Amino acid sequence: MNARRRSTDDGPVTLEQLLAAKEIVVFCGSGGVGKTSVAAAAALGATVHLGGKVLVLTIDPARRLATALGLEGLGNRAHRVAPEILKAAGIEARGELWAAMLDTKQSWDDLVLRHAPDEETAYRILENRLYTNITARFVQSHDYIAMERLYEIHATGEYDLIIIDTPPTRNAIDFLDAPARMGDFFGSRLLRWLTLPYRVGGKRGTRIINVASRPFYQMADRILGSKFLQDIAEFFLNFQSMYDGFVTRAQAVERLLHDKRTTFAVVTTLEAAPLHEAERFCATLVDRNFHLGALILNKTLPDSLRDPDGATAAGACIDDAGALADELLETGDPALADRDRTARVLRTVGESYRNFSVVAMREAELRAELARVPGVVVRIPTFSGDISDVDGLDEISRYLFSGPTP
Amino acid sequence: MNGPAPELLDRRLLFFTGKGGVGKSTMAAATALLASSIGKRVLLVEVDAKGDIPAQFEHSPVGFTPKEIHPGVLAMAMDTEASLQEYLRLNLRVPVIGRIGPLARVLDFVATAAPGVKEILTIGKIVWEVRESIEGRADFDLVVVDAAATGHIVAQLGAPDAIRELVDVGPLRSQTEWLSELLADPAITAVNVVTTPEEMPVAETIDLVARIRSEVNVPLGSVIVNRVLPELFTRADEETFEALRVPPPRDVLTARVGSGATDVLDAARLAVSLRRTRATHLEYLQQSVDLPLMYVPYLFVRAHGLRVTRMVADALGAELGL
Repeated sequence: MNARRRSTDDGPVTLEQLLAAKEIVVFCGSGGVGKTSVAAAAALGATVHLGGKVLVLTIDPARRLATALGLEGLGNRAHRVAPEILKAAGIEARGELWAAMLDTKQSWDDLVLRHAPDEETAYRILENRLYTNITARFVQSHDYIAMERLYEIHATGEYDLIIIDTPPTRNAIDFLDAPARMGDFFGSRLLRWLTLPYRVGGKRGTRIINVASRPFYQMADRILGSKFLQDIAEFFLNFQSMYDGFVTRAQAVERLLHDKRTTFAVVTTLEAAPLHEAERFCATLVDRNFHLGALILNKTLPDSLRDPDGATAAGACIDDAGALADELLETGDPALADRDRTARVLRTVGESYRNFSVVAMREAELRAELARVPGVVVRIPTFSGDISDVDGLDEISRYLFSGPTP
Repeated sequence: MNGPAPELLDRRLLFFTGKGGVGKSTMAAATALLASSIGKRVLLVEVDAKGDIPAQFEHSPVGFTPKEIHPGVLAMAMDTEASLQEYLRLNLRVPVIGRIGPLARVLDFVATAAPGVKEILTIGKIVWEVRESIEGRADFDLVVVDAAATGHIVAQLGAPDAIRELVDVGPLRSQTEWLSELLADPAITAVNVVTTPEEMPVAETIDLVARIRSEVNVPLGSVIVNRVLPELFTRADEETFEALRVPPPRDVLTARVGSGATDVLDAARLAVSLRRTRATHLEYLQQSVDLPLMYVPYLFVRAHGLRVTRMVADALGAELGL
């Protein structure tokens, strides 16, 4: 219902209108669909067409792209893409393009330093062996910290538009839950239960026999060993001291994602698995009252592969290769002097067209099956080369900023 | 050492990992199908439980209990909570089921935060099945794992060691010892990395191979390069092709086969460029990774399913010299 109303509304019909109306655009999608490049290209396009100060917060760009944007070794610091880099690529930018990478570990450390009640607690947390493991390996920690950084940057009010590339997750929607889960995590009754034996004693780490002798703790002891349990409890006790600041912040992050200044752009290719994931994601966004702004179909094959004239020509190249080669012999072109070679090349060309048109047909079918789509749908063709420099981003951005897709 | 690895299927535990979207599940499913076609019985474990694995066999999703989805191929979906319950039942002989409830919740909670707990429940279950099979208590010979993606696989493979670093005593610690032993045995285990000849997947593959070597004690098997585009032309053929794309030959062609001639020539041009870009990444991979490489061609097919799984299995079989 919602999706329908949104797509028939007077809402934006081009990505340009959408970006002009929003302050934050979250690009999401499953791995390998080209999300990072599309997000960077959208930021570049916004700089060119809309002006102002545009920031792209990226998670894990390809090395060459990071180099092209001058992002290497920058950590968390935002940095302006030098106007000369854009000029060299023939791009007239009205605004400023800024870029930043997400350094998960650094961001967590900053967060602890900010929320810990005192310096001593902060360092006790930072030095805890569980803390290091959690921030490095706890999968959801990337999701949360990305959203947290977004909030932080938005709060500075320094940028007119922030474009964020989401971390690769098993499930593209995981990061939506991250703020709420973080809040739950630190406010959980389970957590209090778990740390109970260590709190009652007054002194940290003191074991109170009557609590610890309960079956639950006995069981936990048997599996995990008491030293490990104690480590965990100590870690959580320290972490809990940050509870208020943390939960308030997690709630603020969540509100920002729901804010009407924020929109989501879902990126996918026209392959079955990523597309289904994208559809699920679109549905989830709408169901949970996030603003689904755009669907970007990336790396699509050209329509000319589904042209009936093309199929006819390909068929003729295969079936009449010999006769065609004879005729081409008469052009006198030295490269066409070997009749058998010409015939072979014609057959190969025809067969290759047929092969790729099978894939193009499949893409078209999948596109036709798309149920719920947002108001803005953009299609980007597959490029023969990699997107590894500003020129490549500029090429994508031209498709992103062209008119509505028919 | 860039040749195929024919003894790959003689191991007891094969992991398939790689960057998201490169076709891990397809390779795991095809390997299982291939092994079953040479008379092995295979347990196929889906770690991310997205239902991709049964779909490759045109079968409905499966649960934690293995189910035969194709002759000789059993499949199960990993579920860490079920794995914990099974562990408690088998190892601790926990008498009252009611007590598992809150404990499982707490452990799930701890697992979310504490390193290695969720991973150990995953890897523990997998290796336990391998041991059952080696000791003749299970009805399969090979365990094939559609494993976590590059970002999480190292934590999973390293979980037994990580747990030992944190847990000083108790059954969990001693249990991790035999897990590590089986995982480290090159006659038993191999981690295979799936990639495509594209920039990011290749970069991640190279990083992952290095990380597995330096951070965990689990042997690597092969690197499988998926979606390799065909080489259309030899150099001389390409000159002929380029000659066709400009007038007068192009006009001659258009006059004979119709206006679609340009579409056809452009499509071949795109195919050649795509192949060329990928060839540079492939070359870089070949130079950077000292492991047997296997190649699976790009499949120009309309839909996925058992037929495609079989095509991939055939391609892998050919690479393995079967």
